[in-house]
Amino acid sequence: MIPQPQVRHDQAPVTESDLLLQVRDLRTYFRLDEGMLKAVDGISFNVYRNRVLGMVGESGCGKSVTAQSILQIVPKPGVVQGEMLWHRDGQTVDIGGLDPESEEMRAIRGNEIAMIFQEPMTAFSPVHTVGNQLMEAYFVHGKLDEAEARARAVELLDLVGIPAADRRVDEYTFQLSGGMRQRAMIAMAMMNRPRMLIADEPTTALDVTIQAQILRLIRRLQAETGAAVLFISHNLGAVANLANDVAVMYRGKIVEFGTVRQVLKNPQHPYTVALLQSIPGFGYRRGDRLQSIRGSVGVPIDPPDECPFRGRCDRFDPALCGGSMPASVEVEPGHQVACVLYEARS
Amino acid sequence: MSDERKSSPSPTLARRKKDELTAEERFFAASQWELMWRKFRKHKLALASGVVLIFLYAIAVTFEFWAPYGPISEQGLINMRPTRIHFRNEEGKFVGPFVYGIEQVVDMETFKRVPVEDKDVTYPIRFFVHAEPYKLWGLFETDRHFFGAGEGKVLLVGTDELGRDLFSRILAGSRISLSVGVVGVAISLVLGSFFGGIAGYYGSWADLIISRAIEFIGSIPNLPLWMLLASIIPLDWPVVRVYFMTTIIISLLTWVGLARVVRSLLLQLRTMDYVKAAQLAGASDMRLIIDHLLPGMLSYLIVQVTIAIPNTILAETALSFLGLGMRPPAVSWGVLLRAAQNVQNIVLRPWMLAPAIVVIVTIFVFNFVGDGLRDAADPYK
Amino acid sequence: MINYLIRRLGTTLITVLVLSYTIFAIVQIPPGDAVDRQVRLRQTQGDVVTREEIETLRAQYGLDRPILVRYYQWIRGFLVGDLGRSTSGRRVNDLIAERLPQTVALAVAGLIITYAIGIPVGIYSATHQYSAGDYIANSISFIGMSVPGFLIGIILLYLFYKWFGLSIGGFFSVEYKSAPWSWARLQDLINHLWVPLFVVAVGSTGGLIRTMRATLLDELSKQYVMTARAKGVPMRKLLLKYPVRLALNPIIASIGHIFPYLLSGQVVIAIVLNLPVLGPLLNTALTNEDIALSSSILLIQSLLAVFGTVVSDVLLAVLDPRIRFERGAH
Ligand SMILES: Nc1ncnc2c1ncn2[C@@H]1O[C@H](COP(=O)(O)OP(=O)(O)O)[C@@H](O)[C@H]1O
Ligand SMILES: [Mg+2]
Repeated sequence: MIPQPQVRHDQAPVTESDLLLQVRDLRTYFRLDEGMLKAVDGISFNVYRNRVLGMVGESGCGKSVTAQSILQIVPKPGVVQGEMLWHRDGQTVDIGGLDPESEEMRAIRGNEIAMIFQEPMTAFSPVHTVGNQLMEAYFVHGKLDEAEARARAVELLDLVGIPAADRRVDEYTFQLSGGMRQRAMIAMAMMNRPRMLIADEPTTALDVTIQAQILRLIRRLQAETGAAVLFISHNLGAVANLANDVAVMYRGKIVEFGTVRQVLKNPQHPYTVALLQSIPGFGYRRGDRLQSIRGSVGVPIDPPDECPFRGRCDRFDPALCGGSMPASVEVEPGHQVACVLYEARS
Repeated sequence: MSDERKSSPSPTLARRKKDELTAEERFFAASQWELMWRKFRKHKLALASGVVLIFLYAIAVTFEFWAPYGPISEQGLINMRPTRIHFRNEEGKFVGPFVYGIEQVVDMETFKRVPVEDKDVTYPIRFFVHAEPYKLWGLFETDRHFFGAGEGKVLLVGTDELGRDLFSRILAGSRISLSVGVVGVAISLVLGSFFGGIAGYYGSWADLIISRAIEFIGSIPNLPLWMLLASIIPLDWPVVRVYFMTTIIISLLTWVGLARVVRSLLLQLRTMDYVKAAQLAGASDMRLIIDHLLPGMLSYLIVQVTIAIPNTILAETALSFLGLGMRPPAVSWGVLLRAAQNVQNIVLRPWMLAPAIVVIVTIFVFNFVGDGLRDAADPYK
Repeated sequence: MINYLIRRLGTTLITVLVLSYTIFAIVQIPPGDAVDRQVRLRQTQGDVVTREEIETLRAQYGLDRPILVRYYQWIRGFLVGDLGRSTSGRRVNDLIAERLPQTVALAVAGLIITYAIGIPVGIYSATHQYSAGDYIANSISFIGMSVPGFLIGIILLYLFYKWFGLSIGGFFSVEYKSAPWSWARLQDLINHLWVPLFVVAVGSTGGLIRTMRATLLDELSKQYVMTARAKGVPMRKLLLKYPVRLALNPIIASIGHIFPYLLSGQVVIAIVLNLPVLGPLLNTALTNEDIALSSSILLIQSLLAVFGTVVSDVLLAVLDPRIRFERGAH
């Protein structure tokens, strides 16, 4: 039994009634020839209405798989385990217990929870028009009025800032620029006014100036609709800008959690510290040189029960770090860290 | 037309992830060849086929020894069914392999002469016997054969209408048929590497012209054109010349496939960092090709060659079968199959189908090896 | 789109010209010409042929003129539908007309079978990757691809004769060969047809199953599939609307390869199975140096093949907006 980081939310500004999604001990494993790949290995977090949860970590830490798990769209041979309580209008569904192909799950996807992907180039079908793909999101959820669907598609394309939306709706995605495509994808996600939006590195593939525009757009839409957002990025600047809370992921585990202020201004986990030091503008101590983290994330195939970061950690101490995965410890209210340095102290 | 699109790297999600794994964790320090060999070895069928293939070629090179009779010497028994090999004598005692003598008896109903086993005469089958003399590779004169039955006839798959031993002829045919594959592909490899190389390496108008030519040749139906080209080989040419001409004709159409591969590989490789670096460092074109481009393409080329060889063998078989490629007195599998051109013939002498089975087995074995090599060479599949 | 079509037709025209000239030139290579052969024939019959006579014959056949002129005349004849005379004395037009419909029909039927089996089985294989069905489909397609059709033909011919006493060669049994059309005759045709169809299409079907499987697997792992799933599109609908649709593009485009392959694959198979299509005629024409006949057949077969390529290119442009826009833009 692997000890779980006990993650609890900073309760101050949110109420229980704003609780939208409770993820408890989520595990997503891929059984490969080489062994069991534990892409997500026992994470827990809450998502609240009208609040943005940022998720950071290097590439390969399991962020995308987490997003896919919530929607139950993990590709084969992935298997999702754990509880994901979805609260809607006084009713609670455990998404984790639903069959991925069931009607119930399908009704949630793209309707109550929508997702924006990283690659606007490949995330659309090249042989269907923008409008066709937007309207489909409408049709598959039982709304069948053709004219209404089209009107909604045009309205949304316009809303996300695509000029001449009524014309663009009939074009193919390869006729749009990268930024426009990402806007179209956001429009597609908003077709059914979802309660929760998952944005998986929505700006990574874009130019810097366009990145800022897209971030502003997401923030605006979030504010206007009051939706919850799970914002995945390795752009810490974007997360600082957009998120209320931050979860730091490393090799399938959440190693640090807290409000943006807590985590980015006062990082505790050596991994978070290293991550921040590797990015300009976030230097933990002013005047430090930028440092890239040595080594790489690697692939968590049959990972042993130990701190996943120990091999790369600057503060690795054989006397302390020998044991199993450290439990999560609250270092200040709402700020949790899973590292023996803090476990030992308490 | 679609080469560029195909070669653009679009490793898919799942695959890319898997690839990272194997590359990172499993075969970290292994060289490309070791890697290929390890993967190929896992493919048991391909491995077994590879062994069979080596065996086939070994026989083709030394068929005179393995064949009990010369390919064109007549055995005096016309249209003879395969000889039965016995192990126990009349009393049921095990005496090792032997054959009975054959006598021609007149069937009193049809008044035809039919061969019947003469139980009074037995000939044991012996190994490493002295029989018909031959000169191996035109060098070593000898009369050793792998097996034989002395004065008796051991006709493993029967004889043809002239009484020639079909088994010996199939072995003899393997020399032409199997070598056509290798020689033909060698020629297309030279042509393909040359033209594909120029197109892929220099690009621009050279590429344009060559690509058009490749497209043009690729759009013509192969077989009719082969037939046309083969039909102009003069009938009075000696066997060796016909052999090379047939091979060249086949290669004239097959090189485009290899050229296409070479071209797109080069186009892809040219953009790679290490090649660019070498170019910037002032490496000459030749150096660049030999040191950097060739090693990068070799594994793919080997795969393509393995796939091309059976196609070439089949082309020769088909042409000779039609009477347009090799022709008697040359012996190739296609030539042997001519006897199977009409039903009556096959029904009366089903053993004449034997060459077809040999061809099919050969093609299969080649394809299995090719399949295994392709899997081994391609990190994505 | 229109631009694209026009340019495509332009390149096709050039291809056809080069091709026809190549054929024409190669056919001329063997020493001696039709007149020589005629003269030789008459000499063996004891005739004395004078020099003048040969010259007039040459002039009559136009053999005294330069090759380009003769090529022009040949092509013009081809265009107005006069293909000249076979050495057998019959008009080439008639000889070809007797067999062309069957030839095209066999190739088209082979094409339909290839697609009708190859596409669904390929889809099944890809969507049930590593299942028993996938494994079986894979093995069968591998066998189909590897075994040469004409050898299968020979073996089937023998087996049918041996097991059922049936002669499966030709399109009709003897009693129906020249009978008027009737149900029984149709029945007979169908009975005879499936073996050649099987033999003609087995290789291409095997190939198509493998291609369909590979491309579909490739498409299935693409990002847009996940996007559509995230939208809540049901799996079945998703499969048909996105990956299958996209995987079909290259498959449809492969008509251009498969059709010529079927046409040329027919040649040997037809000889084995004794089918009245163009292949056997071509073979005898080539062995008899019947130039008018062989060059006409070769040209027709090449034209059909080029036509197949054009059809697939146009279909691809219709199906794939990327190609339509990219190429139409010029
Ligand atoms: N479809 C898949 N099949 C196998 N392994 C996968 C698959 N998707 C992701 N993984 C593995 O799961 C781990 C986490 O990947 P991912 O969630 O994509 O990382 P991130 O989004 O944080 O960059 C990686 O080690 C990756 O190799
Ligand atoms: Mg990711």
